[in-house]
Order: sequence, then C-alpha cells, then structure tokens
Amino acid sequence: MNNLADPGPRKSNRSVLFQAVVVCLVMFGFGFAMVPLYRAFCNLTGINGRMAVVATETLAQSDLTRVITVQFVANRNQYLPWEFKPEVSSVQVHPGEIRTVTFFAHNLRDVPMVGRAVPSIAPGEAAKYLRKLECFCFNEQHFASGEARNMPVRFYIDPRIPPGIDTLTLSYTFFDASPQTTMVGDKTAAGS
Amino acid sequence: MICMRMRGVMESTLVAAAMTGAGIGSAHAGLRYNMPEGVSEISRSVYSLHMAMFWVCVAIGALVFGAMIYSIVRFRKSAGAQPANFHENTAIELIWTAIPFAILVIMTIPAAGLLIKMDDTSQSDMTIKITGYQWKWHYDYLDQDVSFFSALAQDSNAARQLGAQIDLKSVDHYLLNVDHPVVVPVGKKIRFLITSNDVIHSWWVSDLAVKKDAIPGFINEFWTRIDVPGIYRGQCAELCGRDHGFMPIVVEAKTPEDYAAWLDAQHAAKAQQTAMVNGAALAAAR
Amino acid sequence: MSEQVLGHDEHDHGPDPQFLRRWITTTNHKDLGALYLWFSLLMFLVGGAMALVIRAELFQPGMQLVRPEFFNQMTTMHALVMIFGGVMPAFVGLSNWLLPVMLGAPDMALPRLNNWGFWILPFAFTLLISTLFMPGGAPAGGWTMYPPLVLQTGLAFPFLIFSVHLLGVSSIMGGINVIATILNLRAPGMTLMKMPLFAWSWLITAFLIIAVMPVLAGAVTMLLMDKYFGTSFFNAAGGGDPVLFQHVFWFFGHPEVYILILPAFGIVSHIIPTFSRKPLFGHASMVYAMSAIAFLSFIVWAHHMFTVGLPLAAELFFMFATMLIAVPTGVKVFNWTATMWRGSLSFETPMLFALGFVFMFTIGGFSGLMLAMAPADFQYQDTYFVVAHFHYVLVPGAVYSIMAAVYFWLPKWTGHMYDERLGKLHFWLSTIGVNLTFFPMHFSGLAGMPRRIPDYALQFTTFNQISSVGAFMFGFSQLLFVYIVIKCVRGGEKATAQVWEGAEGLEWTLPSPPPYHSFTIPPLVT
Ligand SMILES: [Cu+2]
Repeated sequence: MNNLADPGPRKSNRSVLFQAVVVCLVMFGFGFAMVPLYRAFCNLTGINGRMAVVATETLAQSDLTRVITVQFVANRNQYLPWEFKPEVSSVQVHPGEIRTVTFFAHNLRDVPMVGRAVPSIAPGEAAKYLRKLECFCFNEQHFASGEARNMPVRFYIDPRIPPGIDTLTLSYTFFDASPQTTMVGDKTAAGS
Repeated sequence: MICMRMRGVMESTLVAAAMTGAGIGSAHAGLRYNMPEGVSEISRSVYSLHMAMFWVCVAIGALVFGAMIYSIVRFRKSAGAQPANFHENTAIELIWTAIPFAILVIMTIPAAGLLIKMDDTSQSDMTIKITGYQWKWHYDYLDQDVSFFSALAQDSNAARQLGAQIDLKSVDHYLLNVDHPVVVPVGKKIRFLITSNDVIHSWWVSDLAVKKDAIPGFINEFWTRIDVPGIYRGQCAELCGRDHGFMPIVVEAKTPEDYAAWLDAQHAAKAQQTAMVNGAALAAAR
Repeated sequence: MSEQVLGHDEHDHGPDPQFLRRWITTTNHKDLGALYLWFSLLMFLVGGAMALVIRAELFQPGMQLVRPEFFNQMTTMHALVMIFGGVMPAFVGLSNWLLPVMLGAPDMALPRLNNWGFWILPFAFTLLISTLFMPGGAPAGGWTMYPPLVLQTGLAFPFLIFSVHLLGVSSIMGGINVIATILNLRAPGMTLMKMPLFAWSWLITAFLIIAVMPVLAGAVTMLLMDKYFGTSFFNAAGGGDPVLFQHVFWFFGHPEVYILILPAFGIVSHIIPTFSRKPLFGHASMVYAMSAIAFLSFIVWAHHMFTVGLPLAAELFFMFATMLIAVPTGVKVFNWTATMWRGSLSFETPMLFALGFVFMFTIGGFSGLMLAMAPADFQYQDTYFVVAHFHYVLVPGAVYSIMAAVYFWLPKWTGHMYDERLGKLHFWLSTIGVNLTFFPMHFSGLAGMPRRIPDYALQFTTFNQISSVGAFMFGFSQLLFVYIVIKCVRGGEKATAQVWEGAEGLEWTLPSPPPYHSFTIPPLVT
C-alpha cells in the first residue's frame, strides 16, 4: 500500500516508530516511577503524614518556652468491628520532650483478627517534626477473639517545628488486615 | 469596593441574560445564581476574589468580543470589504502577550494572600472531627465527648425514592436537611479534621467557603469562623457512589450561650447517646 | 463518502463479502479517515443519548426515570464514550484524511499501524458498552476512576480497565503515525515552519499522546493490581495513598485536555483565514503558543486537586502555573481576531462554526481562569460551574471545530457541496441549544449544585430545566447534521478543486474528490 519507492524514508519511518515506542515504554514506566517519587516527595515534605519510626534518640534540648498541643484521633475502617480510641484525647508538650501515650484497641468479634493501623498527621507541614520512637503503626496487630489491649506510642516534637504551629493531630486509622478478608475491593458495584 | 457597587448591575444583567436566553419562566425572588458572600471573613474574601476575576474576564471579553463583532459587522465581503494583507506585527504580539501576563500576576497577589490565610489553622478554639461514610457524615467534638451521625432527613429520603408520589414542596428543605445538624458557636475559630471511613467524600458548605476532601486513612484539616448565627447547608462534593447526592451537610451556628446550652443538653443525654451511637456503628460495621 | 473517493477505482467494491474485506483490511488513509469519522459520529450519538438520559432525569427535582446507580453509570459512560470514542477518533480521522493531502504525501507513513489503530476501537467500545448489560451494570465511579470508589465496581471493572488500555494503544498508534508522517513525508520544500497549522497542532498533540497515554495505562494497571493482586499502590491500609492515583491520573488528564483541543486550534486557524480572505495573523506565534501550552500542560495537573489537602506551596505553584496557560491561549484568540481584522469576511457554515468556536471557547477559557484561582476554586470544585467550564471547552470548543472541519473539507472529500441552507440551520439550532444547555450550569454551580448528582434541591430547578430543554434541542439538531452529511455524500452540486474562494494549501490543488493515493508525485513547495 505504501507507495514510497525509495527505501530512505521507509527506514526512517521504522526508526520514528521505534523511538516513539521507546518513549511510550519510558512513560509507562514513569507512571509507576511516580509511586516512589511521590513517596520520596512526601517524606521530604511530610505532607501525607507518613513518617517512619525514628530509631535513635539523638535529642536536642527541650524548648521550654513553647507548648504544643498534640491531639490523638482514632479511626476505624468500616470493615473492622473493633473499639479503638486514644487513652487521652490530647496532651500538652514542650518541643523536645519525650512522651508516651497509649491507644486502646478491642476486638469485638468472636474470631481472631488482624488489624493494621495507618498514621496521618495534620497539619501536613508539621508531620516531619513529630518524631515517633515507638509506634504500633503499619505492623500487623494480631488480636484473639475479644482481646483488648493498650498500645503505646512514644514520641517527641522536633524543636525546629515552625513557630506558627500550635496544635498538631496524630491520627490512626485501623484497617482490617485479616488474611481471609480483602479490602474495599469486594464490596460490589460502586454503590449498589 | 468596586465589586459591591457593581453587584446590582451584574445581578440584573446575569438574570436578564439567563431569562432572555431561556425565554421561559420568570425568576422567582429567591433565585440564586451566584456564589454566596457567606458568613465568614474568609468567605467574603473568596467572594470578592471571585467577583474581581469575573470582572477582569468581562473586561477582556468586552475588548476581544468587541473587536470580533466589529470585524464581523464592518469587514463583510457582502458590504464590499477588500482584504488587507498584513499577517504579523511583532510589537502588537509582544504587547498582547505582556499585558495579560501582567494582569495575571496582579491577580495572583490577593489570591496567594488569601490562600495563605485559609491554610493557617493555628490558634483555634475548638476541634471537630468529620468522618465521611457511604452515605452520611459523622461528627466528633474532640475534648467534648460528643459525637453523632448526620444523615439525610427522613422526609427527604422518602420523597427522593424513584416513583415516590410526594410533593417535594411539602418537604422541609428537600435534600438539604439532616437528622442531626452539626452545631457550632459563632465567633470562634473552629478547626475541622476530616477523614473517611470508606471512599473519598468532600465536605462543602458554600456559605463558609470551605470544601475539603475526606480521604480514607488520611486526615485533612481546615477552619472557619462564622460571624452570623444561622443554618448553613451544603452537600458532599466528591462522587462517592450510589447515594452521593443524598448526604447533605447542615451547620447550625449558634451564639456561644446557645451553643453552651446545646452542649450541656448533649452531655446530659450522653450516656444514652453513646450507647446508641456505638450500637449503630456496630450494626453498620456488620 | 467512500463511493466518491473510489470513483476511479470501481473494481474495488463489489458484492458484500468483498466490501467487508475491503473496509477491514484497508490501509488507505482516506478509507481509514472515513472509518474513524463515521465511528466517532456513531459514538457522539451514543454518548449523546446517555447525556439525554442524564438531562431527562435532571429536568425536575425528585427521581422520575432512573435509579441513582444507573445515573452514575450514565455520567461515567457518557464521559468515556465522548472523550475516547467521540472527540479523539474524530481528530485522528481528520488527521488521516488531511495530513497526506496537506503535506503532499501519497498516504500516511505507517499504513498498517493505521489500520490496527482504527480496528481496535470497535472492540474496545464493544467491551466497554457491554458492561451496561452486566449484573451490577457499567462502571459508575466517574471517568476519573478515583480509588477507592472505582474498586467497588463489580464485574465491569476488568472490562473498564482493559478497554482503557485498548483505547490508549489505539490513540498511541494514531499519534505515532502522525509523527512519522509529518517528520518524513512532507513535500520537498515544506519546512516545519511552512507547514500548515493543522499539521503543527497535530504534531504537538501526537507528542502529548505518546507522552501521557502510557501514564494512564500505568495508572489503570495499578488499579487492576490493587483490586486483584493485593498490591497497595492506592490502598491506605497497605501504606498506599488514594491521592497518588489522582496525581498520576491528572498527570495524564491535563495534557489529555490539550489533546482534545489543540487540533481544534489547528482547524480554526485554517478556516478563519479562508473566509477572511487574508493570511493567518502570527503563524509563527501560533506555533510557539501551542508549544507553550503543551509544555505548561505537564506542570499544572494538581489544579484538579486543590481540595485534596495539598501543601500550601504546591497550591501556590499550581495556581501560578495554571494561570500562565491563559497567556498563550490568549495569544491564539487575539491572533484569530487580528486575522479577521480588515479582512473580507463571508459566513458559510464552516466559518460560522469556527466563529462559534472562538466565542464560546473563550467563554470556557474565562471560566478556566476563574477556576485557576485556588481560593475561589474551593467554591467551584466539583460543582456545575466546572461542568459548564469543560463543556464550553469541549462542546462548542472541540466538537464545533470538528463540525467546522467536516463542513470545510466535506466538498473536498466527496466532490459535492453540502446543503448550505441546512448547514446554517444546523449551526443556529446547535448554538442556541448548546448555550441553553451549558450557560445556566454556571449559575447552578455557583448557587451550590454539586456535579454528578441524580437529584437536586428545589432551588436549582429553573436552571436545570433550561439546561434540559437546551440539551434536547442540541441533541436532536445533530440528526440534522447526520442528514446533511449523508445527503452530501450521496450527491449534490459539483465542488471545484479550490472549493472556497479564499482557500489556500496543497489539499485545494487536488481535484475534489482527490485520487485514491493523494500525491503520487510529491508537489514542490516554494
Ligand atoms: Cu460522599
């Protein structure tokens, strides 16, 4: 069908095709690469409040001139019939001061269940100044039927926290991670 | 302010445009066709920004459309117009690149200032946590031990069923009414935390100029300070499944005294209330 | 239009089986252009019917016709069908038909790829539309496919993902073919800067396509993996983030908006000079403006997401970047205006549609400028104001440009003039209808009506009724368009080679209709 007699353009058609396909593959890869890029960006800015637990306790001096209110919020995903709440709803801390608070979780079902807690911090820009030394987040938490327990969170606030921030909220959402259940996926039909 | 003075003109122009364009019906007195000014300092600033940008667009539009209409009328072939042959003019092209650019830079200054203000949640007087559910809202007054679900009012829910033979005018605020409104004091900086239990929702009350997405596993925050006691209505703004259109928001802003009285009443009923909510949540979870 | 195209080639059609084989195996750019255009017309009618279901339900408050879940299926499918079935294939069809004749080439550079690119489409849409008849129905989570909601889709989910993949592959094939044709098959002497603007607009569009359609493919693949293979890209429970999907999606989605509008810029830049009998003002600045728009389209995506809780710095950046797009877009509108200035204007149907495009696209541009202001966007986001905005850009914008192009080049394609009187009637009916439909949506949105709701509070009734009346008027006017096109294909006044008095460009040097293989001897461009 192609009436181009001379082989020149034809060859270069093939090379255009080849180059374009390479671009497509690279961009397909870029779509996936946005996942680690986004995560790195979030860790850098702290925006989605997903801070890793800090292992070392290298601490600056406590800043006794400032008091910051740290609120604790507990959420359950609808597929997890547990009771989940912070022991205290908020504490006042000086930046640099180490505190331990506990969250109470109670499996209300009569079967063993696994839960996984996901943290989130508001305001986002405060997230990177909340340093957790110990936390139950992201790890699978196994609960026997009817089991209840307290789970500690040890943290301090980095004294470099910007002066405008006087309140920050540490929120946990508990999701069902029991092996026999899947996530939102199996609730059929968007809204039926 | 110029926006304020021109508002009357604009209102009549817009309605006239809508009505003549439509050629049907007549505007009843309460017809809303513009963003409300709202009841907070922020919402009024948002309204001014909206109107300022609107008038910038009107001005540019008048120039461009004016030039086009002039050409269409003046340079008709049927009227004997002879075509010129110019096809570029660097000076003019630079000017009409630079001037819009300058206008935009000027417009972003108030916008950026306002954005910074809206972002600042510090120095708040109280915190309310909002949780989106398919298809209702849950409010939790942190530190107050008050929390409740807020769903579409029963009469609206009955009337919105397919084939329901109910006169919608007889329904109190059809689709914009809930069983338990969220009650807040006026004059206080209220910080809201928002998250979701299932899919993404968005909490929007136009009179407060706040809209924030509720995202499962994440917590977002925003704030408002309401000046005027009253009832303000909104809706879920992010598609969240079947009944996305049926999870309204009602904010009841009371004077601090009335708010305190309401809070006392909630505490009085607390034991009973908590038991009920837990039961309901449990049932919903199962 | 095929019969006329093949006027010199009678032996090519005969009885049915041969006819079928011809259309299935054709690699001819005119045949494929025609197939693309007919297919997109069909999809316009299907997607339009869905829109009318939506507008019928919204004619008055209360639920009268459909259930909310079906309503959501309609809004989702309407968008997918119109974007991927209507507008994109129409532009690919135009590129097929027009690029070889504009560039002085015998055919597209990669004819077999061309054939595959088209024939994927009917399969993809059969898959997608078949979900309407499945238990649980079609996808209802919006064309934006935000998780976690989209993961609640039932049986239709894998069909949705697979058809999106196919549509992506099809448009990538179209895009690659355009790039190869433009880079390799221009007539001797036709430098890039001498190239017609339609070709320029499509070259830029094609680069956007190959850059972002794979990103969409990646995004929906991740959705598929989250749903069936237990990954947690977007699942908060496993450490993922649903907002990440929105970032990936809109990284595709915003350039996609320009994929849907750049070829329209190209078309209008041909039609306005022709009927102004005056060269296009600022040919070079048009090219720079389109390139600037294409570049900026990669760094503005998060303006679709101002309410998700972005950090302040990001909101400021995306607000500034978005407003910048108004500058090159403004340059284009000013250039079209300057082209008309001191011209000698006549108002045949293509010119009417092109002028309608410039006026109404500009209105969509203004609302876009308002939407760019983040603090005000909190009030506009996810309301009918947004619906009004993008429909102004896409219907009297992209769709009008397609209709303008069809009227403009139909005499060239078929060798017959269309019925001018009916064409003008079609324009005026459409224009009244489209404004009745979409202008009141600005008001209902500002007054507080969220989008994607099947029922509304009584205060929104007036504007919704106007919109619904307008929508039916616009919808049924398109049947007139179908009639005009068919009538023109079947016969009519003979068209000359130049067709329009002011027409310039290589395509007008060929007879109407042009020979099966457009330029077998490359013309020399000076
Ligand atoms: Cu919702």
